[in-house]
Amino acid sequence: MTPRQRRMWGVGLVLFGAGVATALALQAFRENILYFYTPSQIESGEAPVARAFRIGGLVVPGSVHREPGDIDMSFVLTDNAHTVTVAYSKILPDLFREGQGIIARGRLGEDGVFSAEEVLAKHDENYMPPELAEALENTSHPGQSN
Amino acid sequence: MQEFLNMGGYAGYVWGAFGLTTVVLLLNVVLARRYHRQAAIRARRRHGSLS
Amino acid sequence: MKFLPKFVHRLASPPHFYRLAERWTPWLGLVAIVLILAGAYGGLVIAPVDYQMGDGFRIIYVHVPSAWLSLLVYMVMASAAAVGLIWRIKLAHAVAASCAPVGAWFTFLALATGAIWGKPMWGAWWVWDARLTSELVLLFLYLGYIALHGAIDERTRADRAAGLLAVVGVVNVPIIHYSVEWWTTLHQPASITKMGSPSIRDPAMLIPLLIMSIGFMVYFAAVLAIRVRGEVLEREWHKRWVSEILGDT
Repeated sequence: MTPRQRRMWGVGLVLFGAGVATALALQAFRENILYFYTPSQIESGEAPVARAFRIGGLVVPGSVHREPGDIDMSFVLTDNAHTVTVAYSKILPDLFREGQGIIARGRLGEDGVFSAEEVLAKHDENYMPPELAEALENTSHPGQSN
Repeated sequence: MQEFLNMGGYAGYVWGAFGLTTVVLLLNVVLARRYHRQAAIRARRRHGSLS
Repeated sequence: MKFLPKFVHRLASPPHFYRLAERWTPWLGLVAIVLILAGAYGGLVIAPVDYQMGDGFRIIYVHVPSAWLSLLVYMVMASAAAVGLIWRIKLAHAVAASCAPVGAWFTFLALATGAIWGKPMWGAWWVWDARLTSELVLLFLYLGYIALHGAIDERTRADRAAGLLAVVGVVNVPIIHYSVEWWTTLHQPASITKMGSPSIRDPAMLIPLLIMSIGFMVYFAAVLAIRVRGEVLEREWHKRWVSEILGDT
């Protein structure tokens, strides 16, 4: 083996080792890298219900309730399998609307209602002008899945 | 024109992002040119001290 | 060295590369300016508003090209470092060292424009999801390369140590790219890396983004050409060709 081939193997092995180590570390910390849990994961007991965590899902159309003259509101999140009711009383992001993907941070109460301290809107990867969105809405459902 | 500048109410965000990008792109050119110029000056000086 | 084709040898010769870069820089700069201005005009004026984000979506035209370049520059840097380590080509290390500050600035831009975009749309400047965190790690890899290279006095050793860091850091590149698929994140998945069916369907929206991205690449080539020339002078100052070139100008 020439010195150059030795160096080639050296660089390759270092990269391989770093890759394996990183893959193992990411696998070990998988839970912590997940940014949010879905309503189904809460149902199946995968979510850390003892502490504050984030849940993500789509706002069920027609489920947004506001008390008149009050900032308190509630809405239902779904992942098209299970649902969770979320209560919230702060300012909503611009993209919050029915059918939109939402991530809420807070705690799950005894009554099964998730009381959120923070609500973030999740955008999907689709961009289009309003006319096209309307046309798609009329033919089929636009890509609202996350 | 007013409508264009207003960016549908996102003026601060859109122009902020484009402005910042312009500044960084220009800055990179300035820094690269300065690096080259100073390298040339250093190379000349070192040469001078050799001969 | 016999594996490498002849033109690579010629290109790897510092005086040849120096003159080539000098000749090409103005043209690269000109093309970059034209493309970036065209992309900005297309993105700010021609592209229609997004059905959800309105005019706010126009930040995509600086955010996405910056983010792509942050990854592209890293791949160039790591490849150059690997070539430098394996074939002991000095010019390759000069290229790697020149990539680091430019890549760091692109990464900063991607993070900063992303924050400016995230605030009105998501409702937060910053979140610790996998995409944003791995992009921040990329910034630290660039800064780590610069710091390590600067901390070692002897240039050959600095090149090798920092070059090895650059190669190891390549592991982060697929993590950034696939973070939005492997884990749940606030950041949306990729819009136009999916071959065949990009999620930006309107050409008036998509084409300015592509023009802007190509413009950023040409811009990077121009800035890199200037930096590598400086880097070559730093390394080859004692050679005769340097005094010939510097004497001429």
